[in-house]
Order: sequence, then C-alpha cells, then structure tokens
Amino acid sequence: MANLVRQLGQRSLNIVIEAGAMIIFLLEGLGLALVPPFRPRRLLQEIYQIGVKSTLIVMLTGAFTGMVMALQGYYTLKQYGSEGALGSAVALSLIREMGPVLTGIMVSARAGSAVTAEIGIMRITEQLDALDTMAVNPIQYVVMPKLLAGVIAVPLLTAIFDVVGILGGYLVGVILLGVSSGSYFSGMVRSVVPLDVYGGIVKSLVFGLTIILVACYKGYNTQHGAAGVSKATNQTVVLSAVLILVWDYVLTSFFM
Amino acid sequence: MKRANLELTVGFFVLLGLLCLAYLAINLGKIEIYGEGYQIYANFDNASGLKTGATVEVAGVEVGRIVSIQITPLNQARVGLKMQTGLKIHDDAIASIRTKGIIGDKFIKLSTGGSEKLIPPGGTIINTESGIDLEELLGTYIHGKV
Repeated sequence: MANLVRQLGQRSLNIVIEAGAMIIFLLEGLGLALVPPFRPRRLLQEIYQIGVKSTLIVMLTGAFTGMVMALQGYYTLKQYGSEGALGSAVALSLIREMGPVLTGIMVSARAGSAVTAEIGIMRITEQLDALDTMAVNPIQYVVMPKLLAGVIAVPLLTAIFDVVGILGGYLVGVILLGVSSGSYFSGMVRSVVPLDVYGGIVKSLVFGLTIILVACYKGYNTQHGAAGVSKATNQTVVLSAVLILVWDYVLTSFFM
Repeated sequence: MKRANLELTVGFFVLLGLLCLAYLAINLGKIEIYGEGYQIYANFDNASGLKTGATVEVAGVEVGRIVSIQITPLNQARVGLKMQTGLKIHDDAIASIRTKGIIGDKFIKLSTGGSEKLIPPGGTIINTESGIDLEELLGTYIHGKV
C-alpha cells in the first residue's frame, strides 16, 4: 500500500519536473532568439521543413473536413428547414475548433515527429556535442529556429485550412446539394464575429509553439540509442496531440 | 535545395498563408480597413436584444452598423450608428428595432424622413420605436390592464 502511494508520488513529481524542465527549455530557446549571431537562413529552412512541406496534407485535411461537415450539417439543418444556416455552421466550427485543432494534430504528426527524430539522432550520434565543441550553441542553432518556425507556420497553415475547408463546404453544400450560394456566404459573414477569427489565431499560435516545443524537448533529451529515438518520437506525437486537446478546452473556456 | 529556390518556396507559402488570413480577418472578421462613414445616435426606451455589429437598414439595404449601446442618465438606451457616407438622414427620420429570421436577430430599420433639415454627424434621431416585447404584451393582456 505504502509502495503504491510512493509510486503515485514519484509519478506526480516526475510530471511536475518534466513540465518545469520544458518551460526552462522554452525560455532558453526563445531568449536565444534575441542574442546574436542571427541566422535568418536557418529560420527559412525550418519554415520550409515545418510549414511548406505540411501545406498539402493540411489542405487535403481541410477540404475533406469542410466537405463532411457540409454533408452532415445539411441533413441535420434540413429537418428544420434552415439549410441557409449551412455556411455559418461550417465556417464557425472550422474557424473556432476544427481548423486549429486538426492543423495542430496534422503538423505534430508530420513535422513534430520529424523534428524529434532529427534532433534525437543528432543527440545519440553526438552531433549536438560536436556543435557545442565548435562554440555553436546547439539550442540556438538547432532548436530556436524550429520554435520560431512553428509559431510562424502553424497560424498560416490554420488559415489555409479554414479557407480550403470553407471552399470544400461550398463544393458539397452549394454545388452538390443545392444550397443557394448567396445564403451560404452571407450566413457565414453574418455569424462569424472578429472574436472567432482572433480566437482561432491565438489557438493556432499556442498549438504551434506547443507542438514544436514538445518535439524539440523530447528529441533533445533522447537517450539510449535507436530505441531511445523511437520512444522519443512516439512520446512526441502522443503528448502533443493530448496537449493540443487540453489547451483547446482551456483556451475555449477563456474566450467564451 | 538552392538558396533562391528555398527563399521562393517559403515566400509563396507565407504569401498564401497571409492571403488566407487576410480573407478570414477582413471578410469574416469585419475589420474595417477604411473607417469611412459618420456616426449618429438614437435613443430607445428599450434596446433589448440589440447587439453591437447589428445592421442598420434603409428599405432593406444595409447602410450601417451599430457601434455602441450605452445607458443615458434618463435610463434610456443610447445606440451609436455608423452610417455610410453620402446617406442623407433628415431630422424627422424614424429608427425602429425590428426582428429578422426565426432565431430573432434584431436590427434597426430606418426611414430617412423628408424634412428640410439633415441630421449632422454626431446628431441624434429623435423619433424611435423600441422593439415589441411579446412577453410584456401577453403579460399586460393576461393581467387585465388593457
């Protein structure tokens, strides 16, 4: 019994210690963005890796999300004879929830895992130590550009997701199911308020930072060879998906 | 990847993202890039259900939006209306609160009037009709005050 309680205590302590270490890691990474040498080209490379390479998968996810929501929404709204509200239903759920959350999860699956694997392999093959020996701060050279790229790229990807999703909803709702084009767009413009758009952007900023922070932290602290890299990558994807959903609830309750 | 290529691709990506963001913010978020128009006020006895951002219509055409709702010292609701430039509102104009659709969005219906004097920017519409409160009407009827 005492053993069980001790184990519980140990687990809880570990979680708190890890959370604290992650925050310190984040502050160190962001603080180093203000200190020379500045390497704008590294930032470009990371935006390419995290942002540009995720664009296609995010567009695909966005299109199908918008399409299926138009399909579901149409048959539900039809029972009440208010198919005209389809545009606002699709746009509101995309901008408030689906856009930021699904973009975050897709980016963590596509780019987060890659970041962890990359940094993890640099750790176990002692490339990070080599950078240190050459008087290049590994956090400044490897981690910081990735963090910034995450904060820049994920909101942009979310905006792309939202717009493509709205167009996907248009395709199904207006062209296939015959809702009038005017009521689709005017319902959307009437019901979306600025707070919805800003809320979505703030969410995606937070998600972007969270995903890349978890990925970099897990990669940076990889241990024990190839199995360590696989474990770190695995933990990254699970942890960032869970954190995205928890953050989403917390932020939504702030905005409501 | 060559340097120029990398910059070009990232540039395209950022441009695409910003365009989508601009669409969301301007078209759906209703950021007013040009703050054109002038503001007038209207005092209502009861502005229940009216929200900032609701539309002002003349003959069913949207000509402005509600930008503020405040309480006056006389316990009336002072509603600020941002009207588009060039719209002439005479001082015998009537502003009435009306309901649109089954969910009941409130908006202000404006008849611009026809007297010789115009309402200047910052002026107040004197003739107003508050919205009809169905519960109050029923209450008056049931409790026999009619």
